[in-house]
Amino acid sequence: MSILITKDTTFIVQGITGREAVNLTRENLAYGAKIVGGVTPGRAGRDVYGVPVYDTVQGVVAKHGTPDGAVVCVPPRFTKDAVFEALENGVKLIVVVTENVPRREVAQMVELARLRGARIIGPNCLGIISPDEAKMGGVGGPAANTRQAYRKGPIGVMSRSGGMTTEIASTLTAAGLGQSTCVSIGGDAIVGTTYAELMPLFEADRETQAIAIYSEPGGRMEAELAEWVKANRSRLPIVAFMAGRFMDEMRGMRFGHAGTIVEGKEDTTAEKIARMEAAGISVAERIEEIPRLLRKRLAAQGVEV
Amino acid sequence: MRFYEYESKALFRKRGLPLGRSRVVKNAEEARAAAAEIGGAVVVKSQVLSGGRMKAGAVQFADTPEEAARKFEQVLPIVVKGEQARCVLVEEKSPVAKEYFASVTWDGRRKLPVLLFSDMGGIDIEEVAESHPDHLSRTHFSTILPLTERIAKEAISAVGVTGDELVRLTPIVFRLMQLFLDFDLTLAEINPLAKLENGKFLVLDGHVDMEAEARGQHEALLAELGIGKDETRQARPPTPFELEAARMNAADHRGIAGNVVEFDGDLGLVIGAGGGSLTLFDAVRKHGGRPANYCEIGGNPSVAKAKNLTRLLLSKPGVEKIAVMMNVVSNTRVDIVARGVIAGCLEAGKQPSDVIAIFRIPGSWEEEGFKILRKYGVDYCDRSVSMYEAAGRAVAKLAQGQACPS
Repeated sequence: MSILITKDTTFIVQGITGREAVNLTRENLAYGAKIVGGVTPGRAGRDVYGVPVYDTVQGVVAKHGTPDGAVVCVPPRFTKDAVFEALENGVKLIVVVTENVPRREVAQMVELARLRGARIIGPNCLGIISPDEAKMGGVGGPAANTRQAYRKGPIGVMSRSGGMTTEIASTLTAAGLGQSTCVSIGGDAIVGTTYAELMPLFEADRETQAIAIYSEPGGRMEAELAEWVKANRSRLPIVAFMAGRFMDEMRGMRFGHAGTIVEGKEDTTAEKIARMEAAGISVAERIEEIPRLLRKRLAAQGVEV
Repeated sequence: MRFYEYESKALFRKRGLPLGRSRVVKNAEEARAAAAEIGGAVVVKSQVLSGGRMKAGAVQFADTPEEAARKFEQVLPIVVKGEQARCVLVEEKSPVAKEYFASVTWDGRRKLPVLLFSDMGGIDIEEVAESHPDHLSRTHFSTILPLTERIAKEAISAVGVTGDELVRLTPIVFRLMQLFLDFDLTLAEINPLAKLENGKFLVLDGHVDMEAEARGQHEALLAELGIGKDETRQARPPTPFELEAARMNAADHRGIAGNVVEFDGDLGLVIGAGGGSLTLFDAVRKHGGRPANYCEIGGNPSVAKAKNLTRLLLSKPGVEKIAVMMNVVSNTRVDIVARGVIAGCLEAGKQPSDVIAIFRIPGSWEEEGFKILRKYGVDYCDRSVSMYEAAGRAVAKLAQGQACPS
């Protein structure tokens, strides 16, 4: 199994005629995704690599039924409306690729998603991949590159960086550790789904045996994960890699993603590492240590991978 | 993006928050005139973005216009946490009976805005949270349901404020909440929010941070406040090198070669993307390397963009070599970056094989990219060499070159 998506997951691409969305559609189809339709207002009747284009989400739903998910790939100022449109048409899993959406609008999307019992991944993310099943979003790039970096297996991956999702998966694959599902959760200060919110899904997935995460300065997401792990006595060993350690000395400067800034003590990597280690999460100094640490933690539980 | 106090207050004034009379002044004569116009005692406040003005002596009181002029001269040169004052605010001094605190910010965990209110204003709010938690209320509110005064009232009432105070404070705090949402702020704070001896309420000091991503939506407001488009309002002002890099990035919409931050080292970095750059910058430092810059390339930048960034880095005094490194790329094409950095070296009059210490970008179109690199004799590696190891190679090569100058 996997979490969030399988080879049977159906989805739509909103903004499908845009340059980035066209690439994404081609790459996802080539990896086996079931894209039932696309939406671009005013472009109904066209097709993108055989995917029919509609003016509205309603149009897709009328013809093909409600899809499981939607990938939103529209410019920042149209993003909130596109997400609202998907939510109000019953879509329950929305991957928001768009970067530079103001926080207020992200909060609005997340609030409506909560009311509708739906889940948002992102914004500012590359989406989800369940290796050898399907992917939803730009993660991994062209299908051939994706197959090179990702393999099916027991490790769940969560990352605040889209690029580092692939770097970690590629490192795991090279070490003979495949992945159950990898989620690029997004680099913004507010994201639809945090590490701690994905944990119950991985916990319930029998294929997943351990977790690898990529984290950064800024925000409280790592503290939230540490609390979750302690409170729920998770069965899953977690190995985290913490980037941006140099930022601890550079308060108020923004590097990398929108959510990456050290403002107070809790934002620093030192504080995050301390909290995670106190919760039993192993923290790797380098990406290449992740496979060894995962095997060590699993071996301690009597699991060989 | 942080606002100066005088800008925050201009924004507050637009929304009818109660403020004392004040003037922004640039010299002692203006300070004297402002104090005379306001009449009576005034506060003379240095305008800096960092906190800790009071401690640094950059906030002074004056009873007469002459004293205000003297205090201006005293306050202006004071450097607060490395920051020079931009100007000075002369404001009427009001007799205060009690101080409150109101602040709106984002709670990234609850993913909602949160209103913090305390009847112990004027002091560090984290201290209040620790020693007097019953004097601080935290109230989350919706971003999609209609915003009404009820939330402000409940937050104020929660710390035990009642009577006339509750009635007068509610609309002030409510307006702060509206302002927070309407202008895409990440912080809207009034501290202290003072009750005067005459029973009226006044905003004595305030802080506003606007989200950088939302600047485009509030251009009219920013122009009105006199905030320039190139004002980043980071912890330090941008250097000419950084401004040139930003200009080059903005001139070409194809991909990103930006977020350049200057450092004083000797190893130029062409690195990406968001997470990869953080990882690589750490790795270079861990190996004892001294980066000349931080940057982020990604989103498949054009050949010209990679070329221009490379040329700019090589023009920086003290930069002897560059390291070109990224995580495994999916959308950015390895061959395009390779072409760009090689062209940048050649245009700078350097041999790519001499100045490129390492090229570690695996992923899309890597075979094509590696072919070009081989042609120019550039040292490159694929994903079997980790980001950490690649950074180590670059640092070692630079040290080697410095040990035996050719």
